[in-house]
Amino acid sequence: MKNGFVIFLAAFAVLASSWGAFVLAPQLQLGGAKQVTVLNSTDVYPASRPGEAAQGLQIYRANGCAACHTEQVQQDGVACDVVLSSAGKNPSVVSNLISTLKLEGITEEAAQAAADQITAAGGKVETHILATGPDIARGWGLRHSVAEDFLYDYPVQLGGLRIGPDLADVGRRLPDANWQLLHLYAPKSVVKGSLMPPFRYLFETKKIGSTPSPDALNLPKEFAPAAGYEVVPKPEAKHLAAYLLSLHADVPLYDAPFTQLSASTNAPANKP
Amino acid sequence: MTVNEKQIDTSCRVPLLVLFGGAALWLVVGSVLALVASLTFHMPDKFGDCPWGTYGHLQPAADDALLYGFCIPAGLGVLLWIFARIGQTPLRGAMVPVVAAHLWHLGVLAGLVGIFVGDSTGFAWLEFPRGGSALLFFAYLLLGLWALMNFSGRNERGMFPSHWFLIAALFVFPWIYSTANILLVGWPVRGVVQAIIAWWFGNNLVFLWTSLVGIGAAFYFLPKFSGRPLHSYYYALFAFWTLLLFGSMRGVPVGAPVPAWLPALSAMNSLFLIVPVIAIAIIGWKTVRGGAGRECKGGSFCMIKFSFVAFILSALLLVTSACPHFSRLTQFTWFGAAQTQLQLYGFFAITMFGAIYHILPRAVGIEFAFPKLIRVQHWFAMAGIILFVVSLVIGGVVQGLKLQDPNVAFADSTKAMLPFLRASTMGLLFMLVANLLFTLNVIALIFAWKWSVAKTVFAFLISPLAKTEVKA
Repeated sequence: MKNGFVIFLAAFAVLASSWGAFVLAPQLQLGGAKQVTVLNSTDVYPASRPGEAAQGLQIYRANGCAACHTEQVQQDGVACDVVLSSAGKNPSVVSNLISTLKLEGITEEAAQAAADQITAAGGKVETHILATGPDIARGWGLRHSVAEDFLYDYPVQLGGLRIGPDLADVGRRLPDANWQLLHLYAPKSVVKGSLMPPFRYLFETKKIGSTPSPDALNLPKEFAPAAGYEVVPKPEAKHLAAYLLSLHADVPLYDAPFTQLSASTNAPANKP
Repeated sequence: MTVNEKQIDTSCRVPLLVLFGGAALWLVVGSVLALVASLTFHMPDKFGDCPWGTYGHLQPAADDALLYGFCIPAGLGVLLWIFARIGQTPLRGAMVPVVAAHLWHLGVLAGLVGIFVGDSTGFAWLEFPRGGSALLFFAYLLLGLWALMNFSGRNERGMFPSHWFLIAALFVFPWIYSTANILLVGWPVRGVVQAIIAWWFGNNLVFLWTSLVGIGAAFYFLPKFSGRPLHSYYYALFAFWTLLLFGSMRGVPVGAPVPAWLPALSAMNSLFLIVPVIAIAIIGWKTVRGGAGRECKGGSFCMIKFSFVAFILSALLLVTSACPHFSRLTQFTWFGAAQTQLQLYGFFAITMFGAIYHILPRAVGIEFAFPKLIRVQHWFAMAGIILFVVSLVIGGVVQGLKLQDPNVAFADSTKAMLPFLRASTMGLLFMLVANLLFTLNVIALIFAWKWSVAKTVFAFLISPLAKTEVKA
C-alpha cells in the first residue's frame, strides 16, 4: 500500500459496510415501526407517555440516571404451567392422573402432551406461558424488554450498568408515587443500605405556612426536616416520579409472549 | 531539499504545546471528577444537595474529559509529529492546527459545562450538547485536513504501517461523530435505533479510534526505541485490515431489546477480534525481543511496552466478554467499565505519556524540569490502572454471579461490590497522582518555554540596536 488514496478507499469501504449494518439496516428495519397489537387483545401498544412522564424522562436524562440504572429486562426462555380449570365428570380419575404428571415449569411440548392426556380423561385445562430467568424471578418484569417498549422515547435510556436495579417495569413493581418521592428524597428511608445518592435538590424545604402543603413528604423521623419545616417536591421531582410510574413493560406481545394472570398484574411485588 | 530532524521537531512546537498542554489539564480535570464520582459509593448521602455533585453528572463528565479532553487532542498531536517525522517534512502552516486545537479545547469546555447544567444528550460517550460537539467536529475537521495536506506534501514518499493506522483514524472520527450527532441529536431517529447507533458510535470511538491511533503510534515508537525494524510489513497489513473490519462492526450488547441479528453480529465480530490481537501481539513481540536499543529505565520505551500489553489484555477482555455464557454473566456489571478504563487509560493514555515525554522536549528544545518524576509517574500510572482493572474485573464477575442468582437479593449484589469499589477508588487516586505529575512536567515546560520567549523578546527590545546600526 504505497498510496494514501488506496488506504482511504479501503477504509471507506470497511466503514461504509459498518455504517450500513449498524446505522442504515436497523433504521430500515425499525425506523418505520408502528404500534403493535397486544397478544390476545385488541389493544395497541405502546401508548405515548403522558405529558408529566415525558417531562420526567428529560429529568432522568439530565441527571444521568442511566449511569446506574438499566431499562432492559433479560429473559432466558419460557416455561409452561398446566392448570386444571375443570375436573369434568370423573374428578377422581383426573386427579389421579394429575398426581402422576409434572405440570409446572415444563416445556411447551411437555405441556401440550400433559394437556392432551388430561383432556382425554375428561378434564379441562389452561396452559400458562411464563417467562424465565433471574431478572423475571427477581420481579423486575414479566417478560424481556423489546424494541416496542421504547417506540416513543427520546432519548432512549437503556443503560448498561446495574449499580441500581433495573427500571424497565418499575411502574408496575412500585406503583406508589409517594414511595417514589420518598425514595428520591432519602433513599435510605425506604430501602435500607441503599447506595443511591439522595436527590434533595429536587425538593424544597420550607417553613410550614398557615396550612401545610398537601404535597409535603411524610418522612420518617430521622430524615424529617427541623420542626416547623416541611419537604415539598419541586415540579422536577414530580415529573421524575411520573416518568418512573409510566415505566410499564407488562403486556404480552407477539415477540415476547406470556400469559397475563390477574394475580400477578394486580399484586405488585413490593421489593425494590 | 534536506531537512534535519531538529527543524522538523521545532516546526511542530506551537501546535503541540497547545494540544498537549490543554490535554494535560483535561486529564487532571477528568481524574478529579472520576475520583469524586467514585466517592459516591462510600458516602452516598453527602452528594444530594447540588445537581452537579451526583454520580450521573460526574461520571459522564469524567469519561468525556478523559476521552475528548485528553485522548483525542494528545493523539492528534502525536499524529502530526509522526507524520512530519516519517515524511521528513517540517509542519507547514502551524497556525491552522493551533487555531483548531484552541477550538477543540473550547468545545470540550462547552461540552463539560453542558453536562453539569443538565444539557447532556443522554447517550453514552456523546453527552456533549450540540454547541460543544459542533466545535469539536469543526476543530477535528480542520486539524485532520491539515494533517492530510501535510502528509500529501511529504518529502519522503514512502508509506509506513503507522501511516495506515493514523490515516484511517483521521477518517473514522468525522464519519462516526457526524452520523451520531445528526441521527441522535439533530434529527433523532425513533425508538431503539437510537440505542443501536449510540452503541455503534461508542465502540467505534472508544475501541476502534483509540486502537488505530495507539497502535499506529506504537508501530512507530517500538522499532525506534528497540533499534529493530517493525516485524513485519505483511503482519502489520494483516493486523490493520482485520482490526478495521472486526473492530468497526460491533458494539451492540447481548440480549439488548433490538433485532437479534445485531447482538449476534456484534458478538461474532468481537470473537474474531482475536485474529488482529494475535497478529499485533506477534508484531510487538518480534519487534522488541532481543532488540539492542536503549534500555527502558522507566522512560518512554517502558511506557509504550506496558501500554502495548495493556492493549492486548483490553482486547482479550472484549473477546472473552463476547463468549456466549460469559457475556450474560458480565453484562450490566463493572466488568465493562474495567475494560473501557484499561483501553482508554492503560493502553491509550500511557502510550500518549510515552510519546509526549519523547516528543515534547525535542519539539520545544527544553528538557523537562523534573526528569526524575517521569519514572515515578509511570509507576503510579501502572499501579493505579492495575488496581482499578483487576479489582473491577474480579468484582464484575462476582457481581454477575450474584445478579444471575435470583435467590440473592439485589442489595446484596451491590454490597458485595463495595470492597472492590474501594480498591478501584484507590486505583483512581493513584492515577490522579500520576496525572498530576505528568501535568506538572508539561506545564512547567510550557512556562519555561514562555519564559525563554519572553526573555528573547525582552533582550531584543533592550538590545543596543541603535549602536549596531550606527556601526553599520
